[in-house]
Amino acid sequence: MATAVSPDVRTKYEAVIGLEVHVQLLTVTKAFCGCSAKFGAPPNTNVCPVCLGLPGALPVLNRKAVEYAVRAAMALNCTMRETSIFARKNYFYPDLPKGYQISQYDRPVAEHGYIDVAGVNGATRRIGITRLHLEEDAGKSMHDGLPDSAHYTYVDLNRSGVPLVEIVSEPDMRSPDEAYEYLTRLKEIILYTGVSDCNMEEGSLRCDANVSVRPRGEQKFGTKAEVKNVNSFRFIREALEYEIERQIETVESGEKVIQETRLYNPSEGKTYSMRSKEEAHDYRYFPEPDLMPLVVDAKWQAQIRSRLAELPEARRQRMITEYGITAYDAGVLTATRSLADQFEEAARSAKNPKRVANLLQSEIMGRLKMRGLAIEQSPISMKGIAMSADLVESGAISGKMLKDLYDFAFERNQDFPAVYEQKKPQQITDTTTIEKMIDEVIAASPKQVEQYRAGKKTVAGFFVGQVMKASKGQANPALVNEILSRKLDA
Amino acid sequence: MGGDLDLDVLTVSSARAAVQERQTTAATLVENFYSKIEAKDRQAGQINAYLNLTRERAFEQAKQLDAIVDRGDPLPPLGGVPIAVKDVMVTRGIRTTAGSKILGNYVPAYDCTAIQRLEQAGAIILGKLNCDEFAMGSSNENSAWGPVRNPRDLSRVPGGSSGGSAASVAAGTAVAALGSDTGGSVRQPAAFCGVVGLMPTYGRVSRYGLIAFASSLDHIGPLTKSAKDAAIILRHLAGRDVMDTTSADVPVPDYEQEIGKPVRGLRIGVPKEYFPAEMDSEVRAAVESGLKLLAEAGCEIKTISLPHTRYAIPTYYVIATAEASSNLARYDGVRYGYRSPNARTLSEMYRRTRDEGFGAEVKRRIMLGTYALSAGYYDAYYLKAQKVRTLIAQDFLAAFKEVDSIVTPTTPTPAFKLGEKSDDPLAMYLADIFTVTASLAGIPGISIPCGNSKDGLPIGMQILGRHFEEATILRVAHAFEHARASAGR
Ligand SMILES: [Zn+2]
Repeated sequence: MATAVSPDVRTKYEAVIGLEVHVQLLTVTKAFCGCSAKFGAPPNTNVCPVCLGLPGALPVLNRKAVEYAVRAAMALNCTMRETSIFARKNYFYPDLPKGYQISQYDRPVAEHGYIDVAGVNGATRRIGITRLHLEEDAGKSMHDGLPDSAHYTYVDLNRSGVPLVEIVSEPDMRSPDEAYEYLTRLKEIILYTGVSDCNMEEGSLRCDANVSVRPRGEQKFGTKAEVKNVNSFRFIREALEYEIERQIETVESGEKVIQETRLYNPSEGKTYSMRSKEEAHDYRYFPEPDLMPLVVDAKWQAQIRSRLAELPEARRQRMITEYGITAYDAGVLTATRSLADQFEEAARSAKNPKRVANLLQSEIMGRLKMRGLAIEQSPISMKGIAMSADLVESGAISGKMLKDLYDFAFERNQDFPAVYEQKKPQQITDTTTIEKMIDEVIAASPKQVEQYRAGKKTVAGFFVGQVMKASKGQANPALVNEILSRKLDA
Repeated sequence: MGGDLDLDVLTVSSARAAVQERQTTAATLVENFYSKIEAKDRQAGQINAYLNLTRERAFEQAKQLDAIVDRGDPLPPLGGVPIAVKDVMVTRGIRTTAGSKILGNYVPAYDCTAIQRLEQAGAIILGKLNCDEFAMGSSNENSAWGPVRNPRDLSRVPGGSSGGSAASVAAGTAVAALGSDTGGSVRQPAAFCGVVGLMPTYGRVSRYGLIAFASSLDHIGPLTKSAKDAAIILRHLAGRDVMDTTSADVPVPDYEQEIGKPVRGLRIGVPKEYFPAEMDSEVRAAVESGLKLLAEAGCEIKTISLPHTRYAIPTYYVIATAEASSNLARYDGVRYGYRSPNARTLSEMYRRTRDEGFGAEVKRRIMLGTYALSAGYYDAYYLKAQKVRTLIAQDFLAAFKEVDSIVTPTTPTPAFKLGEKSDDPLAMYLADIFTVTASLAGIPGISIPCGNSKDGLPIGMQILGRHFEEATILRVAHAFEHARASAGR
C-alpha cells in the first residue's frame, strides 16, 4: 500500500461505506425480449430487434425476471412495492443500444431490507438495504485483442437486455471487513435463492462502493468517492483500505476530498480518479412509456414466497436445534445450499445426526485443511460420513479403525463406502468362535437374560450389540442373530 | 383488362370487389396505381408523397391474390386493396427512413405489426410515404426528402406529419394509407387534404414497428376516402399484440356493421373553447353547418366546456419532446443509419452524426425535451405537464358523462402555403391546437371533410369519442357523410 497513515491517525477517523451490487438473474431469456440470456455465445448471436434497439421495437417484460427479483428481495427482508414503475436512465454509450437503460427509479420493486452480519466481538450488525430494483444489462465494449482493435472498439450485444437486480445498501458499514462480510452474506443469500450464480468472473455479480471518512463521533457524512470496477471480494477490501487511507491523508493534509468516481487498479492496489461530479451524468430519469406499471399483487407475492427456499440464517438456527450441533458447525455446514442439503440428507438418514456433525468437525475438517481443500472437494461425501457414523454407532468399527479408513479415503481420493468395501474387517463366520462369544455375553448379563425370557424380546438388540462389540464388529451379523435366538430361546 | 377502372373513386370495398369479380386482376390494379404514381407524384413540383415504391412486395402479394380468384375462392377481407404506409413504419428488407437523413440507408430486419396485419388481411402495400422527419411537424416541410404538396392546391402544404399519407389518398394514388398521429398527425393532414383520418384510442392498435416519436402519444391510424373505409381497415389493425404490452386486450367490434346503426338520439357536445371569437370564419361556418346537419339527423347538440384546453399545447410539447429526446438517442451512428465520416473520437462521432443526420426541427425538439427532463427542471416541466395531462383527460371523462361524442374543428385554418410558417415554429405548433387534447387524453378522434373555403380548400370536422368507442365516432362520421351528400354540400 502506497499510503502510510499511522494507526494513531487512523483511529481518529471512521469510514462510512455503502455498496451497490448488481446481480445478474439466471433467467433463460432476457428481461425484455425472447433472446437467450446465456453467457459465452459467439458475439452478437443472442440478439433481436428489441435488445439491439432497432427503430420501432418495444420491450416485453419477462415475468420470470420479476419473480427472481422479488424472490431475492424477499430473501433480503425487503418490503415489496405492489406497483412499481420502470424508468429510463438516459446516457450515451456504444454498448447501450437504445441510448437509455430500462431501470427503476423512484418506485423500485422493493425497499427497506437488511442483512445481519457478524460484527466485532461476535456481535451482530444489521446493514440496511435501501432498495432493490430490476433493470437490464448493457452490452460489452471490447477494446483489445480483435483484428482492428488499434482503430476501433468492438461491441458485443449478447449481454444487452439480460436482467439484473441492483441492491443498494444504506451507508451502514464502518470498515472494509464489514463490507467484505456484507458481500459474503449477500452472495450467500442470493445463491440460496437460486436466482443468480453470483459468478464474479463472468460479471454476474458486480460491486461499486461509496466510501467517505469522518472524524470519529461526527454525525455528518464526509464527501464520498465512488469506487468502481472492483471484481473480487478481496479487491473490494483492498480498494476500500486504500481509499480510506487516501481520504484520511487528504483530510489530514488540510485538503478536501473531491466527490468523484474512482477506478480500482488491482495490480497496483490503488484507485484512480475517473470523473468528477462536474462531469457527472444527468441521467434524466423518467417513467418508461413503453411498459405498463409492474404490479406484483398479494397473490403473486404469496406464490413467490412459497417457492422461497429456507435462508442460511434460519437454516443455521434450525440445524442447531434439530441436530444438536454447535453454531460453528452450523456455520460451516451452511456455507452453500448444496452442502447443507447434503448434510441434512446424511444427518436424517444417520442414527445419530450429532455424530455426523462431530465427525465432520473432528475428523474431516482437519484433513481438508491440511490439503488445502474446500469442504465441497472432500473425497468423503456427507453420505459417506453418515455411513461411517452408523458403523461406529453400532460398534461395527472402532474409532481407531474409522480414522484409518478416513486416512485411506483421503489418500486414494475415494469416498467412504468404496474404502470400507475394500478395508472392512474380515468377518468371523466360524460358528464355534461366535458361539463362544455369545456364551460369554449371556453369562455376563443375567439380568437381561431374565428380561428376555420374561417376554421382553427387544432386549435381543442389546445382546447383538454386545457380541458385535466383543468381536470388534467382525462377527457375521446373520450368524450372530441366528445363534443368539437359538441360545436365548432354548 | 381493368384499364378503365377509375382509381380516384376506388374504395376499400370496391377495390376488393373489382378483383374478386374479375373486373381487373390485382396485378393490373397495382400496375395502374404505379402508372398513376409515376404520372402525378414523382416529378419535380408534383405531390412527392411516395419515398419508395415496394414493387416486388406488391406484385408478389397481387400474384397470390390473383391465384385465389383463379381458384374461385373468396378473397380475404382487404384482398386486392392497394394501401400505402407512412415511412415511420418499418418494413423488412425495405428501406425505412422516417423522413430523416439519419436513417437514409436504413433497411429494417422486421415488419411493423400494423402492416403485417393489413397484408394478412389481403391488402397490397404499394410503397412508403413521405412525412415530417420522425413525424415531427404539421406541414410535411420537415422531411429530409423534400416537402409533400397538397393535391388540392400544389402551392399549399398537405399538413403533417402524415402529409404523404393524406396526399396519396386525396390524389388517388392509394386507396387508403396508414399514418401515425402523435398530436394530430393523421387528423390535421386529413383535414387539409379533404380525406378521412382516424386516430384510434391509445392502445387500440399495436405500435410494434412504429418508429417512436413520443411513445405515450403515438398512434397508428388509417387515412381513407370515407368513414366506412376507415371502419373496415381499423377492424384489421386493432387488437392486442403480444409485442406491444401497451396494446389493449379489448374486444374488436365489427366496425363496418356498427356504423350502419342510426345516430338519432346521440348526444353531441360542442366545447366552447374550440370556437374562440377570433377563429377563422370559414372554418367556423363549415363546422357549424356540419353540426346543423347532425342535428337534422336527430343528434342532440349540447354546448359543453373542456376548461383545461388552453394548457394543451404547452403540455403536449413538454411531454412529446421529453419522450422524443430519449426515443431518438439510439440514432448515434454506432449500429445502423448515418454515421458522420468526419469524426475521430467517440464523442465527436456522436455529435457530428446527430448534427449532420437530424434536421433543425428534430434537433429543436430533442433540446427542448432534454431540458424538460434535466435535473432541477423535471418537476417544473415534465412532472407538471403530466399532472395537466391528467386534468385534460378528466375534462373529457366528465364531458362524456353528458355526451356521447364531441365535435370540433380539426384545424384552426385550412391548408396554408408552403413556406408560410416554416420559420415560425410557434405558429406551426398552434396548427395542432384542436387535435393535441385528444392525443393527451388517449381518446379516439376522426377528422372528416365538412366543407370548403371559398378558395376551394377542404375544411375538416373532428369527432371525438370515449376510450375504445371508435364505433361511435365512425357512426357519426358515416351518418354525416350521408347527410352531407344528400344535402348536396
Ligand atoms: Zn433480444
